Amino acid sequence: MYTQALNVAEADDRGLEDAARAAQFQARIDAEERIEPNDWMPGAYRKTLTRQISQHAHSEIVGMLPEGNWITRAPTLRRKAALLAKVQDECGHGLYLYAAAETLGTSREELVDAMLAGKAKYSSIFNYPTLTWADIGTIGWLVDGAAIMNQIPLCRCSYGPYARAMIRVCKEESFHQRQGYEIMLTLCRGSDEQKAMAQDALNRWWWPVLMMFGPPDATSQHSDTSAKWKIKRFSNDELRQKFVDATVPQAQYLGLTIPDPDMIQDADGHWRHSEIDWTEFKQVLAGNGPCNRDRLAARRKAHEEGAWVRQAAAAYAAKRAQRQTAQAAE
Amino acid sequence: MTTPNTPLWEVFIRSRNGLAHKHVGSLHASDVTMALQAARDIYTRRGEGLSIWVVPSTAITASDPADKGMMFEPAESKIYRHPTFYEVPEEVGHM
Repeated sequence: MYTQALNVAEADDRGLEDAARAAQFQARIDAEERIEPNDWMPGAYRKTLTRQISQHAHSEIVGMLPEGNWITRAPTLRRKAALLAKVQDECGHGLYLYAAAETLGTSREELVDAMLAGKAKYSSIFNYPTLTWADIGTIGWLVDGAAIMNQIPLCRCSYGPYARAMIRVCKEESFHQRQGYEIMLTLCRGSDEQKAMAQDALNRWWWPVLMMFGPPDATSQHSDTSAKWKIKRFSNDELRQKFVDATVPQAQYLGLTIPDPDMIQDADGHWRHSEIDWTEFKQVLAGNGPCNRDRLAARRKAHEEGAWVRQAAAAYAAKRAQRQTAQAAE
Repeated sequence: MTTPNTPLWEVFIRSRNGLAHKHVGSLHASDVTMALQAARDIYTRRGEGLSIWVVPSTAITASDPADKGMMFEPAESKIYRHPTFYEVPEEVGHM
């Protein structure tokens, strides 16, 4: 559900490709036709989408870790059941997305290995820790809220399998945001300590969440190609602004303060945030966020410890297949 | 020991409303039993259906998109296959 900064197109390497086919392809995109797996597509389109969709999938899978951290400590059975269902959804979203990425010709195993090797990125937001229960509320409310902003336009992405996966994801995502906001509302109506906990979580997550939309348009070099191919329909700054405008009134309702004293509402009603610290964003993307090493280590451990299950399942399937062949021969 | 890549399956679900099974996506599983269970977990977490089919992706033969002109054009020119091609006077009423 999180595609921030992942929509960077490959450098133009279409030199050798048939110009006529490329023109025909662009005409289909311009006519709002969906591109399907077996259709001809420029190499760079395939490469850009493989990277974007697989990184989106990795984000869903890694995104289970910060929330999974709180399943055993959820304050009530109702909250626990909801959080468990949410984390299961994230896993499901990862799987829909891997399946969509694979239609472009790279195997699931290769995609997963690239993530485990640290070669493929996932959303920077999951490299922040979940220190208190209020973080779970904040993730649902803000992180999933930002993800929805990003993903709704992706439902109309030019690549059919990605667009269809996004439709399923968006349907399920709404529950995530609402359950998060409900947690925040409960804390804000609770004791002073609970409200302080909610405010503290907002203070820590606000800026990283704004960074989820990716670098500002002025410094984002490759958005042009993604826009031309109708993979990306709104710019990073446009989506970020939409998110801020939607979120400020929600924070006001909770009685929480956005940790940006210089934020102002302009004449058109838009809430204008102050400058984002992009050095932090770059540091987290470069692997130096608070939890980067933990997240990768947790994924690698899970993958290694599951190896015997994959081997056993494959061996069992092979044995069954062999037995069936033998029976058929009798 | 290197594990072979896990096979891909296509998943079809028949929803409650009695419509035909519809393709919903794909998944990886090493055999039919696991494919069915995974399809249940991945594609029916909110009561989306009452019946699941899983089919090995390799078992599907698809038409070539490059041939779509040749494949489908013959039907497109036969407008007389549609009811609106025929004139029925208004006095006759709904038919």
